[in-house]
Amino acid sequence: MNIVVCVKQVPDTGSERTLKAADSTLDRESSDALINELDEYAIEEGLRLAEAHGGEVTILSMGPPKASESIRKALSMGADKAVHLVDDGLAGSDALATSEAIAAVLGRIGFDLVILGSESTDARMGVLAALLAERLGVPQLSFASKVETDGQTIKIHRQADYGYDKVEASLPAVLSVVEKINEPRYPSFKGIMAAKKKPVETLSLADAGVDPARVGLAASASEVVSFAKRPPRQAGTIVKDEGDGGGKAAEFLAAQKFI
Amino acid sequence: MAEILVLAEHSGETVKKVTCELLTLARRFGEPAVVWTGPGAEAGRDRLAEFGAAKVYVAAGEEFDDYVVAPKAELLAALVAAGSPAAVLVASTPEGREVAARLAVKTGSGLITDAVGIGDGLVAEQSIFGGAIVVKSRVTAGTPIIAVRPNATTPEPSPGAAEIVAAGTDVSDAAKGARVTERVVQEGGERPELTEASIVVSGGRGVGNAENFALIEKLADALGAAVGASRAATDAGWYPHQFQVGQTGKMVSPQLYLAVGISGAIQHRAGMQTSKTIMVINKDAEAPIFELADFGVVGDLFSVVPQLIDEIQQRSGS
Ligand SMILES: Cc1cc2nc3c(=O)[nH]c(=O)nc-3n(C[C@H](O)[C@H](O)[C@H](O)COP(=O)(O)OP(=O)(O)OC[C@H]3O[C@@H](n4cnc5c(N)ncnc54)[C@H](O)[C@@H]3O)c2cc1C
Ligand SMILES: Nc1ncnc2c1ncn2[C@@H]1O[C@H](COP(=O)(O)O)[C@@H](O)[C@H]1O
Repeated sequence: MNIVVCVKQVPDTGSERTLKAADSTLDRESSDALINELDEYAIEEGLRLAEAHGGEVTILSMGPPKASESIRKALSMGADKAVHLVDDGLAGSDALATSEAIAAVLGRIGFDLVILGSESTDARMGVLAALLAERLGVPQLSFASKVETDGQTIKIHRQADYGYDKVEASLPAVLSVVEKINEPRYPSFKGIMAAKKKPVETLSLADAGVDPARVGLAASASEVVSFAKRPPRQAGTIVKDEGDGGGKAAEFLAAQKFI
Repeated sequence: MAEILVLAEHSGETVKKVTCELLTLARRFGEPAVVWTGPGAEAGRDRLAEFGAAKVYVAAGEEFDDYVVAPKAELLAALVAAGSPAAVLVASTPEGREVAARLAVKTGSGLITDAVGIGDGLVAEQSIFGGAIVVKSRVTAGTPIIAVRPNATTPEPSPGAAEIVAAGTDVSDAAKGARVTERVVQEGGERPELTEASIVVSGGRGVGNAENFALIEKLADALGAAVGASRAATDAGWYPHQFQVGQTGKMVSPQLYLAVGISGAIQHRAGMQTSKTIMVINKDAEAPIFELADFGVVGDLFSVVPQLIDEIQQRSGS
């Protein structure tokens, strides 16, 4: 099976993130970058499926040159090779533009199964799987908490508020996974060494056959009008429990008309 | 006046609160027209009328719910092409965002997700990076498609005709790629849905084990609240994963959020920071969650929570 896992490099959620004043895009210089945590579950699922059914796992990432660090990490977990779409013309792409570019690359490299994280921790849109399925005209199997395939058809549990839906489709398809699906492996020392020699193909927009007019900040179908730091919350009342903490909490709730 | 399409979220014939919120917003920008897929529209109609729906486009076929997301996007695209609405509003739930995304591709439109408000000129307000930054943005191409966070708007009634109009009956083969073979309902119970609840009581690692979550549930039930959990608690298997609040869990913005035995890691705050009122119970006075607290009790949850439950029950006379 030819499996492609989409991996995004994101700013560390533990560090403070800001937007650049000039163009309201994410200030990627000011915070540490790492693999979108949810994509590690996508990589793990890809590796497990390849182990069970044979085939190759290709990492696909669109992002600045620095994203190569995240690509290496994905390779050190065990993926076979990688494609890195990197071009200054991509800067500022919104989800729609990102999906246009990634769909173009997927069309070029081919796939039986594309696996994504359920969302990126920076943009938090959780829409790329749907966008890719729409653009590629293949079934959308998103928010999977369980996956089974025989190489022809694929069955998943699609997570929902009320529990889950059992969903079935035939391959090729786009899959996104939630963190409950597995426990991502840590790269072994051997894996880290081996990753250094694995092939990473870099593609420019021209290489990928993407029309530069359809991606990047200028092609964005929405614009930021303004942004501002949220005013800090007013300091609240903190009491120490002296055997009456529950009572005081109830008084507060009553004063606020919650009870 | 141009139409504003509102994709209804409903379970069977019960209209979800977020749909009333979307109608309340839609009324400000045009004539609200609800889009309803699957059965139940006749029964749900009164509620839609109460919140100002002028029309209800109904695609009643069961098929609309038998395939993942694509049929709804296809239906909306047909309605957009036919009626040139001024905007399309959907709930910013995982599925709502996916419908919106596919619709954006089909109609060549811009998409804004997770809006917490919409102002003049359909400028959407978003609260990003865990509530640290407020961004205002607008769609610049096609029909603005805006996914609005549940619970961010107060629903206000205002009567509408809610005239039922039959819309698209067929689902194309292209939209039948991913077939739903079974719906498995796990969480039953009487509690409100986490993202819709006006009160959420969440427990964290401080709760200690799965059995003790009964205490969190008891407090939630006393308040008519939904139960949430930190990732420490869901990862440990003390509470089901779908109740996780935070960066990689649900985003909630209730009127009241009660954090019990939760330290307030940035990833947890990301999911609850926009709550209107926040109450904290934690034995460590240094826990960062206290920075967000409107009211905080420094104390052991195993003595504070039972007392709180007693007080609530006494005051409500039960
Ligand atoms: C990429 C990423 C995504 C993440 N996503 C999420 C997410 O979506 N949601 C989330 O919640 N976390 C998320 N996390 C994890 C987050 O960083 C924290 O680890 C987690 O929120 C901690 O949960 P906690 O507050 O319950 O546990 P702890 O940090 O261990 O805090 C437990 C608290 O309970 C208090 N306590 C203990 N015993 C008692 C008692 N008897 N009475 C009163 N108080 C007591 C302690 O003082 C302490 O403050 C994410 C992490 C990463 C890296
Ligand atoms: N620039 C990118 N390169 C590769 N994969 C991406 C990129 N952006 C998003 N993805 C994938 O899409 C998923 C959902 O992202 P999003 O829709 O942005 O929340 C992520 O978990 C990744 O798997």
